[in-house]
Amino acid sequence: MRKDLLGIKDLSSREIEVLLETAERFKEVSEREIKKVPTLRGKTIINLFYEPSTRTRTSFEIAAKRMSADTINISASSSSVVKGETLLDTARNLEAMNPDAVVIRHPFPGAPHMIAKEIKASVINGGDGAHEHPSQALSDLLTVKEKKGRIEGLLIVIAGDIAHSRVARSNILAFKKMGAVVRVVGPPTLIPYGIEDMGVEVSYDLGEAIKDADVIMMLRIQLERQKGGFFPSLREYSALYGLNLEKLKSARRDVVILHPGPINRGIEIAPEVADGPYSLILNQVTNGLAVRMAIFYHLLGGKE
Amino acid sequence: MILIKDGRLIDPSQGLDGEYDILIREGRVEKIGPRGSIGVEGCEVIEAEGLWVIPGMIDMHCHLREPGYEYKETIRTGTLAGLAGGFTALVAMANTDPVNDDASVTRYILEKAEKEGMCRVCPVGALTRGMKGENLSDIGELREAGVVALSDDGRPVARSEIMRRGLEYAKAFDLPIISHCEDPDLSKGGVMNEGRVSTLLGLKGIPSISEVIMIARDIALAGFTGGRLHIAHVSTREGVQLIREAKAKGIEVTAEVTPHHLTLTEEALKDFDTNAKVNPPLRTEEDREALIEGLKDGTIDVIATDHAPHSPVEKEVEMDLAAFGMVGLETALPLMLRLVEEGVLEPLSLFEKVTVNPARILGIEGGSLRQGSRADAVLIDPGKEWVVDPSLFHSRGRNTPFKGWKMKGKVVKTILEGKVVYG
Repeated sequence: MRKDLLGIKDLSSREIEVLLETAERFKEVSEREIKKVPTLRGKTIINLFYEPSTRTRTSFEIAAKRMSADTINISASSSSVVKGETLLDTARNLEAMNPDAVVIRHPFPGAPHMIAKEIKASVINGGDGAHEHPSQALSDLLTVKEKKGRIEGLLIVIAGDIAHSRVARSNILAFKKMGAVVRVVGPPTLIPYGIEDMGVEVSYDLGEAIKDADVIMMLRIQLERQKGGFFPSLREYSALYGLNLEKLKSARRDVVILHPGPINRGIEIAPEVADGPYSLILNQVTNGLAVRMAIFYHLLGGKE
Repeated sequence: MILIKDGRLIDPSQGLDGEYDILIREGRVEKIGPRGSIGVEGCEVIEAEGLWVIPGMIDMHCHLREPGYEYKETIRTGTLAGLAGGFTALVAMANTDPVNDDASVTRYILEKAEKEGMCRVCPVGALTRGMKGENLSDIGELREAGVVALSDDGRPVARSEIMRRGLEYAKAFDLPIISHCEDPDLSKGGVMNEGRVSTLLGLKGIPSISEVIMIARDIALAGFTGGRLHIAHVSTREGVQLIREAKAKGIEVTAEVTPHHLTLTEEALKDFDTNAKVNPPLRTEEDREALIEGLKDGTIDVIATDHAPHSPVEKEVEMDLAAFGMVGLETALPLMLRLVEEGVLEPLSLFEKVTVNPARILGIEGGSLRQGSRADAVLIDPGKEWVVDPSLFHSRGRNTPFKGWKMKGKVVKTILEGKVVYG
């Protein structure tokens, strides 16, 4: 088994299948009265978070705890970062305490890759800048697979700020590897140069783009992008690229909607849509937990 | 007297490529003659059988870091690296601390070079005071103190008005302005070429137009003012084309390219190697081919290293935080020789880019082994294979993406004013 999980890019479709199968089995653990298995007893997992995160950090932490691992959370505000320690020095210091895995969330692409080369512990990418967020993509795969029974041949539309989204990149790679067709849609300013080379279709019209979609994945729009000149106003962004019931009318009746959270209600997604029957947003969260247990299992469970 | 005999002399300044012996006396070339034509009596003989003999190379773009950043490089270590790489003159950029925007700094650099330098150092003066792009430096005084060109390299001159006045004013001193062409607004926050790879890695891109727009602007200004413009480290296909067209129109513009832009593409950053983070960034294969084409047809006059040493503190960090730049002095020659190996350039047209052309643009002596010239020469073993090990560099900088590369071609001896100073 591999040492690290740095990105979907490195995984084969077979590895992805195995992770999803394992995650399906682990879902049951979270439904028990006593939500704990001894699989990772005696293992130490460090959550090293250089960006604020509630969902992902909590999910990794609960996943580790339900497998009986010891977890420690380090967030940038309380760590030596403010004292000017480099990432590599932080990693080396953590390594000296002999952890089994380090989950890292970092604002800069490649940060997990950098420490993975440096330490013996498994490194799990919990999101690196606009690069990758593999555990999110795996949970999205699982969510779609549960609902649709398959991934292959589905049309996945990813909408919004593609340029700055690690979720978009990991999901493009993940769904493509599993045989889906992927289309991205957003204002041209937020569709990065050369994205076609990742094998996706590109559209600038949300209403058109979702007509034949099996899955619509809305991305969070960071409110500060407006200042960067990427779009004129939130009002216009919401009108053109927000998913509301009106636009959804043109979609297929069996379409499902995903959003990695946290959602900006009323901006990229209307409340009626987020809370509607086709929304799988909370399933993603539940599955995220199972997927993270599967990741720990495969990276740490096999080692004795 | 020294006699370099039995070697293959390649001297673009005289159009010579053949077996010639070179007699050196009192630091000057006394005589050049066909192999075996010069008597050996009374001479120290340097046997160059199987070797190439070229004029000492001139690197018209490097960063020696002194004063101010001695932890990255010093004039001592930088010039030693130069000799090891086959360079006998280094043109040192002005972005030191303090910036070389004042005659006193120029004098300091030249005195330091005189005392501790291993080869010639030709300082570049800052075009604007503090390289802030607001007021011109005291260019006349800088010229008097010995600068060979003017440049705010590393800090592109954003204001067109300042660039215009600089090009005009420098005409009085016949100094070229070396322009780092980059629109800071367009490249703000970027760490690598904007393209397929930056999209894949989620890294912020520096678009090619950031360079193209500024090359276009500076060419327009050079045409308007009649000033002398030299485009530093061109990296884009469109940039090469603009320079080609400007030359055809008779605008006084010259240009350089680095060995790394001729060799590598954005793909070198795929595994987040911060040593491949340079500015201008490594571009696409299409750009690389256009640069080679530009070298071939003479659009690009010069190959210069943009040697930019950094300490590990600045490179062993996240890509976004890493400093731009790579060292180049000790890998330039074999990377250039690849162009000969691949049949792109004949040795004569390759070496003119690092000898006679930079000497002509800068108006400095050197780059020639014509009778009476300074006897700066390099003996090269073109077939010598070696592997790049940065820990063996003479430079203080170890920041190279070529670590572990198999190279062909190495400096055997470097001769400065008739003295063997390396090898």
